[in-house]
Amino acid sequence: MGIARDWRLRSQRYALVGEICDDCGRKIFPPRDVCPYCAEEAQTPFHFSGRGEIYSHTTIYNPPAGFEEFAPYTVALVKLEEGPLVTAQLTDVDPQEIAIGQPVEMVTRKIREEGPEGLIVYGYKFRPRLQAA
Amino acid sequence: MRDVSIIGIGQTPVGEHWNRSLRHLAYDAIAAAMQDAGIERADALYVGNMLSGEISGQSHLGPLIADFAGLRGIEAVKIEGACAGGAAAVRIGYLAVASGLQDIVICAGVEKMTDEVGSRLTSALAQAADADHETVHGISFVALNALLMRRYMYEYGVRHEDFAGFAINSHANAVGNPNAMFRRPITLEAFKRAGMVAAPINLLDSSPMADGAAAVILCPSEQAREFTDDAVRIAASAMATDSLSLHDRHDPLWLQAAQDSARRAYRQAGVGPADIDLFELHDAFTIMAALSLEATGFADRGRGWQLAANGDIRPDGRIPICTMGGLKARGHPVGATGVYQIVEAVQQLRGKAGDCQIPNVHLAMTQNIGGSGATIVTHILEGG
Ligand SMILES: [Zn+2]
Repeated sequence: MGIARDWRLRSQRYALVGEICDDCGRKIFPPRDVCPYCAEEAQTPFHFSGRGEIYSHTTIYNPPAGFEEFAPYTVALVKLEEGPLVTAQLTDVDPQEIAIGQPVEMVTRKIREEGPEGLIVYGYKFRPRLQAA
Repeated sequence: MRDVSIIGIGQTPVGEHWNRSLRHLAYDAIAAAMQDAGIERADALYVGNMLSGEISGQSHLGPLIADFAGLRGIEAVKIEGACAGGAAAVRIGYLAVASGLQDIVICAGVEKMTDEVGSRLTSALAQAADADHETVHGISFVALNALLMRRYMYEYGVRHEDFAGFAINSHANAVGNPNAMFRRPITLEAFKRAGMVAAPINLLDSSPMADGAAAVILCPSEQAREFTDDAVRIAASAMATDSLSLHDRHDPLWLQAAQDSARRAYRQAGVGPADIDLFELHDAFTIMAALSLEATGFADRGRGWQLAANGDIRPDGRIPICTMGGLKARGHPVGATGVYQIVEAVQQLRGKAGDCQIPNVHLAMTQNIGGSGATIVTHILEGG
């Protein structure tokens, strides 16, 4: 994908920065230029907490190119506390112990290596959240 | 706008064509369709395809295939809509003829998949998803469907084996189709024992990747009699889109573009689900068959799987689907699949579907789904 392409996405990839719509108040991730709910412009940054729960999950044994070294790995749709769903890998977890509804939190990890130079791309993954005692 | 009819069809068997390249496959289907229609020239060619750039290193399919098929000089262009490219090409051809700007149009779909294998093929297919927000996390196309299927089972309290009827029906129907890839029946036991691909999706939930090409010839209905007594009218043609990524859907378990395109098609044809005699739907995975039946009005939300469990989808059932094997057993050459569906519906409406023939077919519906549901094209065809 190239360095510039990954660099452009750094605030969403590293810090889960999305947007809040000034018109309807909905929180948006990943960020875009137009609110998908009310079609008004939405460009006010919003920092997501990184907390959420598992909406669905599966484990990949036949990965796309560039992900062979990680396989098998688990991907999920995570329902963020603030509303949006996000697609991400799960980490620090036994695939057998994952369940829909499980609380998770965002961490920054290596996502993959790109191209012949092995450029490392970092970004968000999610891991099980310890329940408050 | 003019009424549009299909006056010719052609297809190659779906499978591993080691000795035929992309252009040869397309030619085989186009030549068969032109012969069927009794034409030697056309005004335009629209080619549905997804992966030619990734797998064959070949973009710019319009002129390549027009020239190779002996049609050098005509208007020709590739139409891409992931797995829905085939039906999208027919949709574009329909617009061209209906508008009055073109008279004889060839709509073809072609895919050459077996020149690539393993992780690179998985990557190519994943390009149907959002590169920045889905595929960057290592998501595969199967995985997106697995995420949907697991959530569906969770929300509606459905077991994996409740989807078996979709795969069993498609395999049973493919036995009678000489162009199908897997012409053998499967059992419930085989479905339950099949190897896991991405849980809960196993091998028998999944349609096979394959090579194939199919083509239809369109012309104004008022001219169709000059070519054939077997013309099939396109009673409705509709396309709708949704968010590219699954996570951006307001309601991930609802195929909004399937509902939108089907509603437009029903309105255009002046019919409803109860009037449809058979439905060639997009069973790339069993979960997609269930979601498609729900969004098009054949089942209530969360109940699509019941039509497989109670036999409604079988050839003698209330709404026969995948009557010549569907994606599951005919095979899924992605950018060609939508044209195969339409070719098969025409075979049925002509009464020439051989051992797959459904009796008394007057209206047939087809629905071709791109990606995890972002591009969905619905057609309703009417026999003579
Ligand atoms: Zn808004």
